[in-house]
Amino acid sequence: MWSLAELEEGCSKTGLSFPEVIIARDSERSGASPESIRKTMGSRLIDMERSVREALSGEHRGKFIGDDSTLLETYGSKGSPLSGGLVIEASRIALAVSTYNASMGRIVAAPTAGSCGIIPGMLFACNSLFPTPREKLVDALVVAGGIGQVIARRATLAGASGGCQAECGAAAAMGSAALVFLRGGSPEAITHGAGITIKSILGLVCDPVAGLVEIPCVKRNGSLVSLGMICADMALSGIRSAIPPDEIIDAMRSVGNSLPDTLRETGMGGVAATPTGIRLKEEFSS
Amino acid sequence: MRLADVIGPVMIGPSSSHTAGAARLGGLAKRIWGRPVTEVTLFLRGSFAATSRGHGTDLALLGGLTGMAPDDPRIPDAFSEARKAGISWEFNQENVEGAHPNSVRFVFSDGSGTGMEISGSSIGGGAVVLTEIDGFSLRLSGDLAALVTFHEDRPGVVAAVTGSLSRAGRNIASLNLHRQGRGGRAAMVIELDENYLEGLEEMVLATHPAINRVLAIPGGEDN
Repeated sequence: MWSLAELEEGCSKTGLSFPEVIIARDSERSGASPESIRKTMGSRLIDMERSVREALSGEHRGKFIGDDSTLLETYGSKGSPLSGGLVIEASRIALAVSTYNASMGRIVAAPTAGSCGIIPGMLFACNSLFPTPREKLVDALVVAGGIGQVIARRATLAGASGGCQAECGAAAAMGSAALVFLRGGSPEAITHGAGITIKSILGLVCDPVAGLVEIPCVKRNGSLVSLGMICADMALSGIRSAIPPDEIIDAMRSVGNSLPDTLRETGMGGVAATPTGIRLKEEFSS
Repeated sequence: MRLADVIGPVMIGPSSSHTAGAARLGGLAKRIWGRPVTEVTLFLRGSFAATSRGHGTDLALLGGLTGMAPDDPRIPDAFSEARKAGISWEFNQENVEGAHPNSVRFVFSDGSGTGMEISGSSIGGGAVVLTEIDGFSLRLSGDLAALVTFHEDRPGVVAAVTGSLSRAGRNIASLNLHRQGRGGRAAMVIELDENYLEGLEEMVLATHPAINRVLAIPGGEDN
């Protein structure tokens, strides 16, 4: 059975680090060598960095959405933002990468294209405040991926099956675990960072206006980074979820299964079904 | 799910199923057609038809037909690249009952009467499956190199083909048989571990008189 508990146990039994256990498991299951898996994850990090660089270097737009990232950056650089510099930085990167995706830019699906801004936002904002050796950033990406593997197996990573909790929610949980790891948290803290994050977005619906990966996806990328960050801080402070993280993921599956079709990427419910959502869809298709 | 599939694929946005999967379908159809693409008509079905423009599904399909991978930065310019490559194309829509929501039918023509029809679906996360070649139902993902035989449903075909592969030292990763009815038209999809396909079409075609046609399809270089 795939579980976060099994990953924690792997660390305590073998003395390996959390990312080492994830890579060892992936190697057992896929037949690829640990070295080649690590190498692939290293190249994913490079592609992710490139997507951030390209996203921040120009002004990108979708069919509906504009350059929100620049607005937030300008605001953050001159005033005293309520959220603090780290959150603003993470959000600005997440908005930019997600908008770049909407404009047909080259991104790394993490875990999906619709949620592709969240992990780079959290990872690179953290790296700007606490500069981290490259190999450790690769480890952090492995931690994020390992959490995603368990979510994929016990629940789903597809909005069409499980709603947005399975896409942006999963990304925030994966990013949260990666940050706990980067800040020296224990394997238990890592899984609880992910678990507390999922607990906080349980039931989030997938309701894209006109079926496009723009409204509300881009802003959810920009806002859920902050949820992942505070949940990482909670886990690092010693706070633990009363419900074990694996059980939270199982709850996510059953919540996803009970969502009606209108709230699972069909563009027929939620904000897509508001008067403005419908008008935007009509304007776009005319 | 492999770690590299959770953090990945690297792709041109905005949608893994509508954009990355569409590019992969175009590429797979091109590999099966196996000749330079000159004339092609695409029939979009379901949500491929409904949200094609917003997701760049049309660009991605044509990019794939021009030889672009799902992460090729030229996908947004696929129309002009396809024109440069000498491809003429037309997009249509069709309603097919029971079809997968994200699917497409390609109709290839070489301008001198030879053609091929290929249908496929984008099944999520950028993964794809071909479901029909020239009216024949099958399932082919394109991840591994594959041999497709079209033959009559007669005793000995499977043994003849697998025997010849065995003598050639080729390992079979998967094998699927499909037939339209007892003794009728049949097809076999054989996935191979290695991408080396030189001479395999001729070799397999010669193994049994009931085999009419063999296609060798290189596996995709997935990132």
